Order: sequence, then structure tokens, then C-alpha cells
Amino acid sequence: MEKSTLKGEAVTILAHPSETATAGGLLPSAAPLQLIDQDGQPGGNPGELTPPEPDVLRELHRRMVLGRRFDTQATALTKQGKLAVYPSSRGQDACQVGAVLALRGQDWLFPTYRDSVAVLTRGVPAEETLTLLRGNWHCGYDPYEHRVAPQCTPLATNTLHAVGLAYAARLKKQDQVALVLLGDGATSEGDTHEALNFAAVWKAPVVFLVQNNGYAISVPLAKQTAAPTLAAKGIGYGVPSMLIDGNDAAAVYAAVRVGVERAAAGGGPTLIEAITYRVEAHTNADDATRYRASEEVSTWLARDPIARLEAYLRANHLLDELSAGQLAADAERLAEDVRQRMNQEVSADPAELFEHVYAQPTAALERQRAALLAELRELAELKEPAS
Amino acid sequence: MTTVRSPGKTAKIPAAVAPAQVTMAAALNRALADSLAADERVVVFGEDVGTLGGVFRVTDGLAARFGERRVFDTPLAESAIVGTAVGMAMNGLVPVVEMQFDAFAYPAFEQVTSHLAKLRNRTRGKIALPVVIRVPFGGGIGGVEHHSDSSEAYYTHTPGLRVVAPGTPADAYRLLRQAIDCPDPVVFLEPKRRYWSKETAVLTPDGPPIDRAVVRRPGRDITLIAYGGMVATALEAAEAAVEEDWDVEVIDLRSLSPFDDRTLTESVCRTGRAVIVHEAAGFAGYGAEVAARLTEQCFHYLEAPILRVTGFDIPYPPPHLEQFHLPNTDRILDAIARLQWEEDNA
Repeated sequence: MEKSTLKGEAVTILAHPSETATAGGLLPSAAPLQLIDQDGQPGGNPGELTPPEPDVLRELHRRMVLGRRFDTQATALTKQGKLAVYPSSRGQDACQVGAVLALRGQDWLFPTYRDSVAVLTRGVPAEETLTLLRGNWHCGYDPYEHRVAPQCTPLATNTLHAVGLAYAARLKKQDQVALVLLGDGATSEGDTHEALNFAAVWKAPVVFLVQNNGYAISVPLAKQTAAPTLAAKGIGYGVPSMLIDGNDAAAVYAAVRVGVERAAAGGGPTLIEAITYRVEAHTNADDATRYRASEEVSTWLARDPIARLEAYLRANHLLDELSAGQLAADAERLAEDVRQRMNQEVSADPAELFEHVYAQPTAALERQRAALLAELRELAELKEPAS
Repeated sequence: MTTVRSPGKTAKIPAAVAPAQVTMAAALNRALADSLAADERVVVFGEDVGTLGGVFRVTDGLAARFGERRVFDTPLAESAIVGTAVGMAMNGLVPVVEMQFDAFAYPAFEQVTSHLAKLRNRTRGKIALPVVIRVPFGGGIGGVEHHSDSSEAYYTHTPGLRVVAPGTPADAYRLLRQAIDCPDPVVFLEPKRRYWSKETAVLTPDGPPIDRAVVRRPGRDITLIAYGGMVATALEAAEAAVEEDWDVEVIDLRSLSPFDDRTLTESVCRTGRAVIVHEAAGFAGYGAEVAARLTEQCFHYLEAPILRVTGFDIPYPPPHLEQFHLPNTDRILDAIARLQWEEDNA
């Protein structure tokens, strides 16, 4: 509150209630923070980021190699009709892996449909990760087992789930942080705005990681926002924000770590914008040549997140030929396993569609299930007449 | 009656509870207080529900009694209220949220239909969302635009949601306790025109379960079906019908979804005639589902087509005109008169 005078009388003006950081402290850096540049050299703009330990760097590399192989295998499987759809995250590998490895065991991940590699990296088996995308009716994994929410298909709605889960942890005095993944397009949705606002007001322990991959299907960022950066939006909610190089796994890891530590210490939410690129089309059903030039894609292929970290590791004697060869073999084994599992028939029982609509199926659902089963029996009898 | 808790002493349990006069708003307030006291996972939040106690005072005193970790005001955003409730329920809480008015719940529609209603199914039963969304609904209080909608059909059309609407203060208490205890998400529609209606009753969660309709007035000739604010209107019409020698049975649905087929078909097969009453527009309204179901299940017992008495197919009218829109005793009696009585055929 501040005192002012109006026509000689003392008037109390309701000042902004926030006593948190000064406005300037909430703003991201002008240039993206970076720990390792695209040639594998130490990055020129580390800002407040702490470079990860060598073990972490090796693990970031390992998980990116495995994730990339998983991703290219899944894309190939859509072409063979083994997956209904697969939105690839190729090119965003550093975000997928760096963000997830920065989480602690008790934390939660709220992924979108493009974050299968993040889900895999969190420890969900490949077959379970791909359950929904291969055309089954459920998410495939127990969210409580790995603390991974089901991959969210509507845009930005998962931001609110993350804020709610995180705030519940705060109310229950549990040390638990929620990381929510979203894209540049999702920042235009109302739910993102509401989630940042609620998180800030409630000081909810949440990290928002915007993977700005340049396109919302076909619409480029310039048609999505007039803001200087997406990270700059944080100040409007009182949320400290960071702008980072999203193809630098070390920077993603370090930035999410800053967010997780702030949240765990009671400092509330953090907004991180990671600049990256979607190398593949939106999904296998999309034709990216209709809206972007191949030169643009080539430019980004030269900024490959795996190649740069590998160059850094080799230059610093953290990766030798032998372990690189072993890792490549592990990746092939993973791909072979995914191929083999996805070549099996989807196991789906139509009767189970009625099972989990409510805690107990209603009488009406029981009748509908019985009717469907009778129909299936009739069909089976038509195919194989009783002898 | 309040029981004072003091450290080291066991709280006194009231020996006998005498029936007392209570409004629906007070009964709902008691239900929230008793649920908050009974289950530490319960949290109550929404716009103005904390310090103010809600614009209808249904949450009056709860923030002071249970503290701001249990009962709290939120920023003004309905999608966020429901969306964060989903996340809280995932983390073990039982959120009871308030949408300030029916039409102001629409921004939350995506969270309700795409997430709250579906997450149990999407996770093959792993995630249960015991969330209650309280929605003051319907007209009759002279509200300006957007303050009197009847939005039940939007919710009943969504698999995975339970939708309930109390018609009396005692049932408002019972249904809200049951809704909060229910493992499924519940849209709890509170008839705002009946917030101040009184009943002398003992408030208890015991009685008909959450998914059961009840016969409010037994009768032989016609089954008159209503819910929420129209239950009282239907009972008035049933009394007025006595003068015409019609013995009207009034059924209070309580649960709009799931639908209590057994109670309804038993009644309609017995009376052979049925009228359904609701404030909402008739076209593709909830009454259409009721009429279709009962026709399918009771066709050979019916003496006449099932009729609907509903609001017109217009945007809810302004305060000075709402009396022309809302179903009333006269319209219900007119509908009953059109049920092909024997003298019509003479």
C-alpha cells in the first residue's frame, strides 16, 4: 500500500500485492542460455546454469541415443501400419532427455503426445509407452508406478493438472515437484495462461518447459505470438523465466534443475522456453514440405543435440570408441525389441471398454456390454458354423 | 448443534438429534462441514468461497473453521478450478469445487468432458478422480443473463460423469455427502431457487443411495417425473390435481446420470401415464432421454404418449419475463389433461 494525496485528502492506493522478485529478476536473458555450443565447445552464455557432472553428461548422451533410436523406429513402424500415429520428437532429444533426468524420483512428469521419448526416459517400458499410439484405448502404463501422467492430447490442459498435483503436494507438505511439457502452440491456449497464474498465486512447485520447436503443425511462431520470446510471458504472471538453447542437453538439464530446486525450496513455479526444432513432420499424416523449406531443416540438422554432446564428450575424453560401440548396440537391441513387440497383435478386449467408465459399471453399461458380447458371439458362429 | 473439542478429551457425540428446520443452503453448508471434518482429504475451493462464504453463502464459515489449506479462494478462472482439481485428485485429495453460476461453468467444459470424465478410463482404472463440481443451476431468482441456465444435458451426455440434483434440503445434505464419498466425478446441480426453501428434518447421509430415484408422493394414475427445482413444483401440481380426481405419483430423480431405470419403469408400468418436467429447453433436453427410455421399457403398459413440460427453446429470458418461461402448475395440469383419458375417447 502506498499513500497518496488527492485534492488534499489522504487516499490509500492498493498497490500490487506481490513482494517477490523485482520485475527485472523475473525476465529471461536476452539470448538463450547455453553450456555446450553446436560444435561441442563450451557455450558462450552459461548465465546462472551450473554445468552437469561428467556422469550426468554421459547419461544425457546415452539416453538421447536410445531415445533417438526408439523415435526413428516408431516413425518407421507407422509407415508399416504397426502404429496408428506417431508424433516424432526427433530434434527435440535434448529437451526430452535433459528435462526428465533433472527430475527426482518423487517428482511427476506431465507429457504431451509428442513426448514419448521423455516417457521412455522416465522408465516406462517402450511397449507401454506406445500403447495409445498403436491404437489401443488406454494409456498403457500405471501413472503412479513411474509418476508419469498419461500423455495429453488436448493442448495445454495438462498444465493445470500439473499445477493441481503440485499444489496438493504443497498442501500435504510433501516434497514433490511437477514438470509439465508443452509446445509453442500450447502457449496460446487459455489453460496455459490460467496455469501460470494459478501456479504463481499458489506458489505451486511446478516447472513449465515450453519446447519451442518453431511450428504448431504448420503455423510458425511468428503467427503464434507477438511477444519478444515465450519466456518473456512469465513476468506477466510473476513467474521467473529462462530462455535456453533447447538443443543443448546440458543446458536443459541444468535449467530444469534450477526450476526443480526453486520449487522444492518453496520458491514456486519457473517457466523455461527451450529453443529447438521439430525435424520430422507433425505426424506421419502431415506433409511438412507444404509449409517449410528444406534448407531450414538442414540448418537445424547441423545443430543436432546428440552430435554436439558427443563431440564434447569425445573432446573431453568422456566417451571412447568402445563405449560408443556398446551404446550403438544397445540402441539396436532396443529397436529390435520395439519392432518385435509392435509386430504382435494389439491385445484389446471389447468387453473391457465398459469396465472403467465408472468405479463400478452401471446397470445400463452391463446391459450394453452383454449386448456387444452377444453380437460378437453371433459373428463368431457365422464364421465357424457349429458342426 | 455444535460439539466443542478440547485437547485431551474425546468429542461428545450428540445423543439424540431432534428434527430441526433447515434451508437447502444451510443443509449444503452442513454437508460440506461434516465432510471436511470426516475426511482430511477433502478440500473446498472456488471463486469467493473462502472469506465471503460463496455468493449464495453455501460455504459460509468453512474457511474460518477449517483454515485456508482446506477451504480457499482461487483466482477467477473456471477451467483452472476444474483442471487443478483433476491434478489434486491425482495426488490423493478429494476436491469439492464451486462454479459460481451454471453459465459461468462453460469455460471448464473441456476439463470436465475431456479429462475429469475420461481419466479413469484412459488409465484403465488406475486414476480415480473423486471430484465434486457444485453448480448452482436453473432460474426462478430473477437473475440477469447467464445466471439462470439449466446445463444438465451437457453433463448427462458425457460418459464417466455422475450428475445429481437434490430437490429438498434433507436430500441436498444426503446427496452432497454421498457425492463427496463417491469414487466417481460428480456434477452436483444445486437448484438456486430452492436455496432458501425450508424443511424440518434430521440431516443424515443414510437413506436412498446416490444413484436411486425416490417416490416423493405415491399415486395411482400418473407418474410425474422431476428433479432439482422442479420437484416442489411437481408436488404442488400433484396436490392441485386432486381436485380433478387425478392421483399423481411424483418421482424425484435425484440422479440424472446414471438413470434409475428400475424405480421409473416400475412406476410408469403401474400408472401407464407419465409427464416429465424440467426448466431446461425441451429440444434434445434431458426429458427426451427419459421419455425415450420409458417408452422403450414400458410401451405395452402406456395409455398415452409420454409428455414433457419444459422451458421454451429460447435463451433464458430476463427477470421480468422468466415467469412465462418456467414450467408451473397450470402447464403441468394441462399436460396431464392431454394424457388420453377415457372421457376423451367417448
